[in-house]
Amino acid sequence: MDVSIVLILLLAGTLVTLFSGKSAGKVALAFGILSLVASIVLLSDYNAGKSINVLATWMENPQIYFALNGDGLSLAMLLLTTSLLPIIIYSTFGSEVKNPSSFYSLILFMGFAMAGTFLAADGFLYYIFWELALIPIYFIALNWGNGDAKERQKAVVKFFIYTFAGSLFMLAGFAYLYTKAGNFLVGNLSNLRLSDQEQFWIFLGFFAAYAIKIPLIPFHTWQAAVYQKAPTAGTMLLSGIMLKMGLYSVLRWQLPIAPYAAKAFMATFLIFGIAGTIYGSIVALRQKDLKKLLAYSSLAHVGLIAAGAYTLTVDGVRGAVLQMISHGFVIVGLFFAAEVIYRRYQTRDISQMGGIRVQAPKFTSMFLILVLASVALPTTFNFVGEFTVLYALSTIDIWFAIIGGLTIILGAYYMLKMFQNVMLGETNAKPFADLTFQEGLTMAVIIGVLFFFGMYPKPINDLITPSIQQILNYTLKS
Amino acid sequence: MGNILNEIGIENYIFLSVILFSIGVFGVLYRRNAIIVFMSIEIMLNAVNLLFVAFSTYHQDAQGQVFVFFSMAVAAAEVAVGLAIVVSIFRNLGSIDLDNLKNLKG
Amino acid sequence: MDIAYILLLLLAPFAGFLFNVFFGKKLGHNGAGYLATFAVFVSFLVTHFYFVQINQTAQPVTVKLFDWIQLGKFSIDFGIVLDQLSLLWLMFVTGIGSLIHLYSVSYMHDDENRHKFFAYLNLFIFFMVTLVTGSNLLVMFIGWEGVGLCSYLLIGFWYKNQDYNDAAKKAFIMNRIGDLGFLIGIFLLGHLFGTLDYAALKSAIMSGAEVDHTMLALAALALFIGACGKSAQIPLYTWLPDAMAGPTPVSALIHAATMVTAGIFMITRLNFLFGISSADMQTVNMVIAIVGAFTALVAATIGLVQNDIKKVLAYSTVSQLGLMFLALGLGAYEVAVFHVITHAFFKACLFLGSGSVIHAMHGEQDMRNMGGLKKWMSVTYITFLISSLAISGIPPFSGFFSKDEILMTAFHENKALWVIASLASIMTAFYMFRLLYLTFFKEFRGTDEQKHHLHESPALITFPLIVLAILATVGGLISLPGNSWLSHYLEPIIAYGGHSEHHLDATAYMLMGLAVVGGLIGIGIAYAKYLKKGEVPPADAQMTGFHKLLYHKYYVDEVYDALFVKPINAISTFLRDTFESALSGLVFGLGKATNAIGDSGKMLHNGSIGRYLFAFTLGVVAIITYLFFNKIV
Repeated sequence: MDVSIVLILLLAGTLVTLFSGKSAGKVALAFGILSLVASIVLLSDYNAGKSINVLATWMENPQIYFALNGDGLSLAMLLLTTSLLPIIIYSTFGSEVKNPSSFYSLILFMGFAMAGTFLAADGFLYYIFWELALIPIYFIALNWGNGDAKERQKAVVKFFIYTFAGSLFMLAGFAYLYTKAGNFLVGNLSNLRLSDQEQFWIFLGFFAAYAIKIPLIPFHTWQAAVYQKAPTAGTMLLSGIMLKMGLYSVLRWQLPIAPYAAKAFMATFLIFGIAGTIYGSIVALRQKDLKKLLAYSSLAHVGLIAAGAYTLTVDGVRGAVLQMISHGFVIVGLFFAAEVIYRRYQTRDISQMGGIRVQAPKFTSMFLILVLASVALPTTFNFVGEFTVLYALSTIDIWFAIIGGLTIILGAYYMLKMFQNVMLGETNAKPFADLTFQEGLTMAVIIGVLFFFGMYPKPINDLITPSIQQILNYTLKS
Repeated sequence: MGNILNEIGIENYIFLSVILFSIGVFGVLYRRNAIIVFMSIEIMLNAVNLLFVAFSTYHQDAQGQVFVFFSMAVAAAEVAVGLAIVVSIFRNLGSIDLDNLKNLKG
Repeated sequence: MDIAYILLLLLAPFAGFLFNVFFGKKLGHNGAGYLATFAVFVSFLVTHFYFVQINQTAQPVTVKLFDWIQLGKFSIDFGIVLDQLSLLWLMFVTGIGSLIHLYSVSYMHDDENRHKFFAYLNLFIFFMVTLVTGSNLLVMFIGWEGVGLCSYLLIGFWYKNQDYNDAAKKAFIMNRIGDLGFLIGIFLLGHLFGTLDYAALKSAIMSGAEVDHTMLALAALALFIGACGKSAQIPLYTWLPDAMAGPTPVSALIHAATMVTAGIFMITRLNFLFGISSADMQTVNMVIAIVGAFTALVAATIGLVQNDIKKVLAYSTVSQLGLMFLALGLGAYEVAVFHVITHAFFKACLFLGSGSVIHAMHGEQDMRNMGGLKKWMSVTYITFLISSLAISGIPPFSGFFSKDEILMTAFHENKALWVIASLASIMTAFYMFRLLYLTFFKEFRGTDEQKHHLHESPALITFPLIVLAILATVGGLISLPGNSWLSHYLEPIIAYGGHSEHHLDATAYMLMGLAVVGGLIGIGIAYAKYLKKGEVPPADAQMTGFHKLLYHKYYVDEVYDALFVKPINAISTFLRDTFESALSGLVFGLGKATNAIGDSGKMLHNGSIGRYLFAFTLGVVAIITYLFFNKIV
């Protein structure tokens, strides 16, 4: 069995869901779970030492391969995708979805494209998947989003064009690399000996694509608006998985192909990341819209992750990957909490909330746990990642760790402030029903994952470390 | 055959066809009546045809004249289609003044 | 076998927490409380077992539970170590913890969320045990942040009141400032030594290998910032008085006896680091001592004029913690530990006593509305009196011995600090007896309604008071001057032989005498002012001058607000409203510019075929001309 099975399952799911009418949600969930099972089987195959890669010629001229690579890093990201997909699909079950067959079909299609991005080992194929992932989220945000239709269209179109425009620089980079290497295989591209000048431009071209996708400041302006306007499932897909495409690509493509530039401009990019962390934390402080606040918190977190990745140390990169995974889960959980409130109050305006705790103790407890996980309380998964990243930063320069570490103070400030305004205080006049079984299960699964890997991150660690080592070997070779 | 060319000279044929072609071009550019534009196009075509025939004689090669037959046939077809369009425009707009046709504007 | 016992020690409170969270409500009226008390008591029994064992064998027990975090250079285990220091701490954490749990059963009797309260208390004990027993700094950090979380949950226990929630949030955030310092210290140590394990760190430092001593001192300073946050030292102390918003047993357990001593625990645990005799480290130690002494003095001055019974105790706690840090800074680790223990006894007793008063007064905390309570509450009064004597340093109560040790150390090391500490002690005696006189003596000043309901608290409340009062009386026995069991017990922990025990010479007796006289002076002033003259503190509006400044805590909160909170919020608002939209406008601007270019290009396409043809012809002519003149055709 090889990794293409997951892609086939997700694509098949897309088609089947499209024609399954009212039961589309359940069908999509089934396919999501199937792909999760398939990825777990792949994982065990990988651990058993079997090859799960795919390499087939797709076009002769230009030389393009249908190449999928399942190493530890790809598999970790694949597992993140396939485990979040069923959670995201399941989380929508409590809400009314119009035209469900297209909705769920698009979600699966997006899963397909994202999984493809994580697996692709041929630059051309990777680029196709990378752009393909934009299309479903464009329609999901446009057709199922909320708020004023005109505003929404503006935000979504901006997002689409902005990220697309950034990606074109990456495409130009790939085109140039092709003239040098004669094909797009990641291994060959990493082995190219480019001049410093060439590396600089390639690095910059890739950076344009990734900085917008991740997003790093000051390229983040699409983020908050789209998160706010998109339906919660879309926001989850964006923040939980799609952001990680950018971060993953930094590790997989940018660093090994342009190692000189990565080393020469390390400090600059570390500052970019850390500045994003502080900036996101401060802007989050005074947000009025719950989803926007979470969007900025996400901006803060990915800034730190990017900083970790750009440290070019095993600890930094490993911490970044751990943080990517944990952030995926926690942010999906937090957006789901926002959705739970929205289902009852039909608003995301924080000033209209408050006094929920009295009425909904279960929800409060789970929400609080997610909030605490997001501020990286020890024993949660996020702490492991954040600690490792900050440690790596401290080995570069202690000041990076101190300033980056301000996020643990600011993060606590804006998250607890939000929690206080949303949940605590005198009983709200509007009734708030406690969690349904479906909502409780969704959150419990996420919380379970966060605690389990918070206490025992070793399995993920063992999975990703060899591939990270390999990437860094490419990057640090002189 | 050669006599005619010797008597008049290839240059004169070329000049004539250039003049005819330019007349056609000016007709197309400055007249607004679709029929006259058509006629101007025909003049341009025939200028080219004349040149084909002249060179064909000059090179002693029949291929040029074959081309002329082609082009005449195509021109006839084109006129048929073009006039049909002009007629349909006239039915729709009541005039065949080209200045009135601005629907191409983006 | 050890693993089973240690898991029992660690997980009994955690099981209590889980059980109370999920089933606490179904356990009947007091079920949750008794269950929680039992869970902590189990931990106490296990602790006691090991405590007895270590007294005989002097062998610490170390257990590695599992690998936790892997870093490039080293990996961090989840390990547990039960040595002299952690067992000592565990003894009073679980011991006093059990008593306070028991007390809470009665105190929280009427609260509808009792089971949650007990769940949080159990969770706190769990994290405290983790903090104390962890075998490396990062496991300590789990407990460190965990107790902070519990503190947050318990301060904001009455979550309907947003002021309480603010206090809880403030506590958490100020603690986090310290936590960042702690983390930085961990990073530096990890970077320097490639381990966070106490034993490994100790042997690495003691081996005398070449290390960067400046970095080491910086690490110690960073760790001390962490300790400042948790143990409420200047400049991070303002959260502790606000933390009194929580239920009184919480104040007794977390904000007096156990959690706030974590900073002292940490520094004592790392005494092999702090005790290094390099010039840089001496500076750090001096900073610690000065911060401690000033905290002791500043908090004591604020305590002089507070009218809220719990606020007085809170500032007293800050002040006493300051004294402990003074001792730490002077290298007298076992003295600091001694004071931690006696302080835990008498301060817990005082807080619980104040809780008993508040309970009787139906939530009233302002001493101006109390008075004459000893008539109704004799047990509370007597235990309160004993503890007040203890904290004031009157022999033979426990506080006398521990405080005297600190003063004596200060006298030998640094006379200026000794003066400051002595002043703080005199003030302590004053405000404690001011509190005592205002609360228990003279006539009752509350409403008739309140007077009607005055009663002695039930046995569940008075029993812990009595136990703690006894401990506060005899606690000094563990470290008598000249013959200290405690110093002997802690010998294996203290890396550099500790400070030499002071001989009972003339100086020592003179100092003792001075301390007692100081305490008596403080008591005497309070007696003259509040009992003899019968003064009652003025209403808030009538305060003037220095009194007002003290009453408003030197306006430190306001200064912090103006310096940090307001600016950061202003920046946030600016970024949200102005900068973000400007940035967003820039991106949109790119799109708009493209649009504008398109618009002007649109002019060319006016739809006139004539013009298109003209342009076309012109173009062809231009191309042909170009080709012609360049002789390409």
